[in-house]
Amino acid sequence: MASVLLEVEELKKYFPSGGGFLERSTGSVRAVDGISLKVYEGETLGIVGESGCGKSTLGRSILRLIEPTSGRVTFHGTDILKLRKSAMRDMRKEMQIVFQDPYASLNPRYTISQTLMEPMEIHQLYNHASRKQRVQSILERVGLDPSYASRFPHEFSGGQRQRIGIARALVLNPKLIILDEPVAALDVSVQSQVINLLEDLQADFGLTYIFVAHDLSVVKHISNRVLVMYLGKMAELASSDDLFFRPLHPYTRALLSAVPIPNPRVKRERIILSGDIPSPVNPPSGCVFHTRCPIAKDVCRQQVPEWRELRREHFVACHFAEDVDVETNSLPLGRR
Amino acid sequence: MSAQVSTPNDTNIEVTSRRGRPSKSPTRMAFERFMVNKAAIISTVVLLLIVIMSIAAPLITHVSPTHQFLSSTDTPPGPGHVLGTDQSGFDLFSRDVYGGRVDLLIGFVDTVIVMTIAMVLGGLAGYYGGWIDSLVMRVCDFMFNFPFLLLIIVLSAIFNTTSVWLLILVIGLTGWPGMTRLVRSLFLNLRESEFVLASRMSGAGAFRIIFRHMVPNVMGVMVVQATFAVAGFIAAEAALAVIGFGVKPPTPSWGDVLSNSLGYFTLATEPYAWVPPAALITITILCINFIGDGLRDAFDPSFEA
Repeated sequence: MASVLLEVEELKKYFPSGGGFLERSTGSVRAVDGISLKVYEGETLGIVGESGCGKSTLGRSILRLIEPTSGRVTFHGTDILKLRKSAMRDMRKEMQIVFQDPYASLNPRYTISQTLMEPMEIHQLYNHASRKQRVQSILERVGLDPSYASRFPHEFSGGQRQRIGIARALVLNPKLIILDEPVAALDVSVQSQVINLLEDLQADFGLTYIFVAHDLSVVKHISNRVLVMYLGKMAELASSDDLFFRPLHPYTRALLSAVPIPNPRVKRERIILSGDIPSPVNPPSGCVFHTRCPIAKDVCRQQVPEWRELRREHFVACHFAEDVDVETNSLPLGRR
Repeated sequence: MSAQVSTPNDTNIEVTSRRGRPSKSPTRMAFERFMVNKAAIISTVVLLLIVIMSIAAPLITHVSPTHQFLSSTDTPPGPGHVLGTDQSGFDLFSRDVYGGRVDLLIGFVDTVIVMTIAMVLGGLAGYYGGWIDSLVMRVCDFMFNFPFLLLIIVLSAIFNTTSVWLLILVIGLTGWPGMTRLVRSLFLNLRESEFVLASRMSGAGAFRIIFRHMVPNVMGVMVVQATFAVAGFIAAEAALAVIGFGVKPPTPSWGDVLSNSLGYFTLATEPYAWVPPAALITITILCINFIGDGLRDAFDPSFEA
C-alpha cells in the first residue's frame, strides 16, 4: 500500500460545558474521544456517523481549526500539534478543507477572485498577474466560467458556490483535503456532479481526501476505506467493500439497514435502534453503544471493547463482532 | 463514468448575454435599495436642511443667540425678533437656529465615541472570547446599572458647569454597553462562520480576519444602529435640558429653549416660544429614524417589518 500521509493517534477533543467567569466548569463534552487512524497517500477515507458523533470535530481538530485537547497528528512525519504559529501557517498550504454550507463558506463581500486570491496573498505566492492567471485556470478546472471571477457569491447557485469552495481549497496545491459533508446541502443531481468533480480532481492532482458524511451511499461510492464513529469513538474501520459487504459492528449494521432501497419488492429486515444517542457529557460505561445495541450483554456494560483487527485491515470495537460476522446480501449497499 | 463537470450549455448562453453587465457588490445593492425608499430619501433631504441650517446659522439670522435684550424681554414675534424673546431677553428665533448645533454635535460625536468603544471592546470580547469576553461583559453589566443621572449631577457639581463637551463625554462614556453587547454577539457569530474558518485555514492572522472579513460584514448592522443612536442621544440631550442638567444656559440648545418655556403661562399663551424647538427635535429624530429604517431594509431585505 502507499505510504502514510497522515497519522492520528489518540486524538481527543473535550469541550468544557458550563462554567465561565469565576466559575468552575462542571463537565466536558467528549466530542472526539481517542481516535487513532492512518490515512494513506492518494486514498479517500470516509468518516460516517449520525449527527453529533464528532465526525466534523474530528476533521477540524486534525486541521487545528479546533485545538485538540490531547493526542498527536503527524503529517508527513511532522507532529503538527506541536508546530508554532508561523510553521503551522506554512503547513496549512498542505491541508485544506471544503465546508458543508456553500452559502456560509464564502465572504459575501468578497468577489470570487478576491476569495481565491487571498490564500496566495497570505503565502506570498506568485506575482499579481500570475495569481490572476491561476484564479482563471482553477475556475475553469472546477467547471466555472473564468469570467465569473469578478462576481459576488450571491450571484451563484449552491452547486456553483460549492465549486468555488473547492477551488479555494485547491489554490494552494494541498496534498490533503478534508471534505466536511461537501454535498449534504446540495440537490441530488448537483451532488453527483460535485462528487464526480472531486474524483476527477483527486486523479489529476494526486489528492488525498478525508470525506466526512452521513450519506452512506455517497461514502460508499467515493471512499476506499470507511471509519464508522459513534459518540466520539471509533466503532469500525474497514475497506469500503468489506464494511458494506460484511459489517462487523452492530451499529454499522443498523446504519446500513436504514439506507433506503429504491425497490418496493425487496423485503429485508430493518434493525431499528431504540432510544436516542446518549449525552457525550456522560457517556455510558463500557461500550458506549450498549444502551442501544440489540445484542448487548453484561460484559458490554462493564468493559470497554478492545479495538481489534478481526480480519485483515478490518478493525472493530465490539465484544461480539464474531457473532455479527455473516455476509449480508440483504443490506442495501452490500451487493457488489 | 467520466465526470460531467463542464457547465451546461444554457448557462453558457446566459453568461454571454449577461457579460458586460457590471457585477454589483452587496453594499452597492443596499445603496440602490435605499435610493428607492421614498420616506428615507425625503428624511435625508430634510435632515440635511436642518444640518445646513445649524451650520449656516449666522447667514440666517444676524441676532446673537447669547445676547440678552434686557430692554425688551418677553416680547411677542415682531420686526426685531422673528419669534419674539423669552423672559431673559434672549432672541428665540436665533436660539432655535443656533440650538441645532449643540444637539447635532451631541448626537453625532457621541455616536462616534460609542461606536468606537463598542467596536473595540465588543470586537475583542467577541473575537477572543474566554476571559476577555467575561471581563468586558461584566464591565458592561456594571455600566448598564450605573446611575447616569447621578453621574451628571455629581460632575456638574464638581466642575460647577455643564459645558457641551463635558455633556458629550458623559453621555458617550455611559452609553456604550448596549452597542458593545451587539458588536460582541455579531463577532461571536461571525467567528465561527465558515468563511472565517476558511480564511484561517488559508493561514490568515487575527488582524486580517478581523479587518478584512469580520468588520465589513458587521458594518451594515452597525450603520443602522448608529443612526438610531444619533436619534437617541439627541433625545437624551433634550431630556437632560428639561430637568435642568443640559448645557449651561447662555449656550443655546433646543432642549434648553424648550425647558425655558415650560411654565404654564408660556405653554398656554406663547406657542411661538416652545413649538419651534419641540418641532425641530421631533422632526430631526423622526427623520433619523426613517433613515435608519431605510438603511435596515436596504442592508437586510429579508427583514420586513
